[in-house]
Amino acid sequence: MTAPAYNFAYLDEQTKRMIRRAILKAVAIPGYQVPFASREMPMPYGWGTGGVQVTAAVLGPDDILKVIDQGADDTTNAVSIRKFFIKTAGVRTTTETCEATVIQTRHRVPETPLSEKQILVFQVPIPEPLRFLEPRETETRRMHALADYGLMHVKLYEDIAHYGHIATAYAYPVKVDGRYVMDPSPTPKFDNPKMDGCAALQLFGAGREKRIYAVPPHTSVVSLDFDDHPFEPYRLDGACVLCGADDSYLDEVITDDRGARMFVCSDTDFCAGRRSAASSAEGLDAERRRD
Amino acid sequence: MYVAAKGGERAIENAHRLLAHERRGDTSVPELSLAQIEGQMAFAVDRVMNEGSLYDRELAALAIKQARGDLIEAIFLLRAFRATLPRIGVSEPIESSAMTVRRRISAAFKDLPGGQVLGPTFDYTHRLLEPQSLDVVVEPALADADVASSPRVTDLLAADDLVEPSPRPEGNVPVGDLTQDPLEFPAGRDLRLQNLARGDEGFLLALGYSTQRGYGRNHPFAGEIRLGEVEVEFSPPELGFAVPLGRITVTECQMINQFRGTATEPPRFTRGYGLGFGHCERKVMAMALVDRALRARELEEEVKAPAQDEEFVLSHSDNVQATGFVEHLKLPHYVDFQAELGLVRSLRKRFQDAATGESVREAAE
Amino acid sequence: MLTAGFGNPVLSAQSTFRAILDAMARPGSVQPIGEAVEAPGPMSAGAAALALTLCDHDAPVWLDDGLRQHEAVSEWLRFHCGCPIASSKAEAAFAFISDPDALPSFDEFNLGTVDYPDRSTTVVMQVASFDVGPTLALAGPGIKARTAFRASPLPADMPERLAVNRRLFPRGVDLILVTANTVAALPRSIRLMERMECT
Repeated sequence: MTAPAYNFAYLDEQTKRMIRRAILKAVAIPGYQVPFASREMPMPYGWGTGGVQVTAAVLGPDDILKVIDQGADDTTNAVSIRKFFIKTAGVRTTTETCEATVIQTRHRVPETPLSEKQILVFQVPIPEPLRFLEPRETETRRMHALADYGLMHVKLYEDIAHYGHIATAYAYPVKVDGRYVMDPSPTPKFDNPKMDGCAALQLFGAGREKRIYAVPPHTSVVSLDFDDHPFEPYRLDGACVLCGADDSYLDEVITDDRGARMFVCSDTDFCAGRRSAASSAEGLDAERRRD
Repeated sequence: MYVAAKGGERAIENAHRLLAHERRGDTSVPELSLAQIEGQMAFAVDRVMNEGSLYDRELAALAIKQARGDLIEAIFLLRAFRATLPRIGVSEPIESSAMTVRRRISAAFKDLPGGQVLGPTFDYTHRLLEPQSLDVVVEPALADADVASSPRVTDLLAADDLVEPSPRPEGNVPVGDLTQDPLEFPAGRDLRLQNLARGDEGFLLALGYSTQRGYGRNHPFAGEIRLGEVEVEFSPPELGFAVPLGRITVTECQMINQFRGTATEPPRFTRGYGLGFGHCERKVMAMALVDRALRARELEEEVKAPAQDEEFVLSHSDNVQATGFVEHLKLPHYVDFQAELGLVRSLRKRFQDAATGESVREAAE
Repeated sequence: MLTAGFGNPVLSAQSTFRAILDAMARPGSVQPIGEAVEAPGPMSAGAAALALTLCDHDAPVWLDDGLRQHEAVSEWLRFHCGCPIASSKAEAAFAFISDPDALPSFDEFNLGTVDYPDRSTTVVMQVASFDVGPTLALAGPGIKARTAFRASPLPADMPERLAVNRRLFPRGVDLILVTANTVAALPRSIRLMERMECT
């Protein structure tokens, strides 16, 4: 037995080239799912192997990496993936959204608007937006080829007939640059508008399902809807108990067994930034009062 | 004052230390050696090599030990290691008719050239727990298996055209490799067999069983099952001839199945094929049943059972993929659940409003 | 005697890829390639860096006459990238063009299929400059409003070719243009506008 020696960012160069070629095609055909020969990674399928492979293929020694899961930097899976890249690539990491050049995320788009200099990498479990309507790959591939999304519209319309509105709360389907219907990954639909015209490059990796897709910067990402039932992003009506934000996506925390609840920002960096800004402003006020 | 749960990093580190501690178990009991696992848990090693798709008994033993006997976890460890190995080339096809046979049985013929060789088998043992089964048993005298006199049963039948010829690869098309190219549908038989060879034994067993119970019945006979050692050869392009790399143990199963013929094909038996590393009869028999079931379209049979459904079988056979995705439900889903909570609350409100409206109307009437 | 490849194959490939990715994600933008490669024959240093970054035995390469005539180019590619040299344009994952005036018609390359549009050829064309030449007004994914793009030399009918390529969408070739040390891209998703609007 020989102790294995791993390459920079874990993947071998041949694998990186294969993924890089797939990423370039994904960028050239916005919203189209490019099949790629996803490798077995040293973490389980379904735990971010697609995102990890995409990040490993783009990451360089000058990058500053941020990893979030559910909007938070300190959730277990985010910690695990961040440690993986510290170990295999030795890159600098950060929790600050603004400072990061590459952000790998599961289920959220950061609240802070992203810039031209950033790449957002999504971990995707089921990349095919039509999968739950048609389980067969041969069929869904055909539908995308013909831009035949009637099945999706029928499903959404049935929702409206049944419930009075579209009953999809996350992984809400979008149309990219007017052509491909795309799964935005299981982000809450609150985040869909942030993907539209986003200045950063958005890359999506699905390891188990072996697909990579992309939304280039400044590209239209439209949530599917109907004229008489326009898309509405859902947000719980409340404010964060920590920073007071009333415009961020909130986690619900149960505080006792009598139904008491409180709400906190899901994006931990956004929340911390608001709190530190508030406390420095308070400090300033206090100083002024002393003067 | 609420403080968000912090310290994920320390919690993970401690969980891993706890795992390392529990892995060793009671330290007053001697530690298992890899040689013990390799020698005395041979079927576990074989299964891990098969589904891990890497022939290395020692690494498989290490994986089993590290995984505390969780074979799917061990398979995953071996796969992740395999993914990092460089590829030097593709070996020549192994020649199972030149196998040094240790076990060879046919359920189709009472006797045949080379005879029936029972070899080491659980078959016909009485499944009674016997503490003395752990005692050392002297190896019985073995009859010399004559390699040249053990032709494959399917070759004997093929001589009379009673079974379809073994399909030859078309032209110069290289054999596919689903670890190098993403699987596409419809998939060729090469990729299907590779997928099944790596597939979960339990999944294949259940699917194979379902074909016997009428879900895609294909009326099989175990033409032959053989276990033994074969040579692996490699032809380096610069040499132009094959050089031996070593010998591996494999189990091969050839199922022969009824076939009534089509407009262009005469009636004759068809084949279902299974091959795996080490001693793995259950696996290769199930594989051969499912392989045959998946040939439904090619043989113009109606596709109506799960085992005949290529996309269903090939997309769900891999236990490393399956366990990852099933177990990922342990990961936090706060954000999505919050979105769903909001949705359910709004649907309930609508439901209640409607009910209230109804009772108000009723009261008014 | 073969000239060398990347000094540091891992990190140079990464930085070159990021330049190409930035170019592809922001069509018409010009990105610097930091890696100096001693390219063989008439192949430019930029094209050579791109080949080292993206080509290998799974990515067949087609060479135009200017490159094919120099045996050193194929030898260099085979040695450093291990890529097969495609005999037909339709088989090529990448096509390298040293003479833009002799750029073959796009439909001779692999345009992909509607089922698998990603299988189309990426055409890598060597140009002298991104500062001169006629101005193309571009819009589409990766571009905020509009952007002006210049490159020289370009075939005179480049606007028509790009317009035809766009009409095939999602099929079509993706075009990467390189100088010795810069790269820009015109993926199939771009839309050609009549003129730049003042913004």
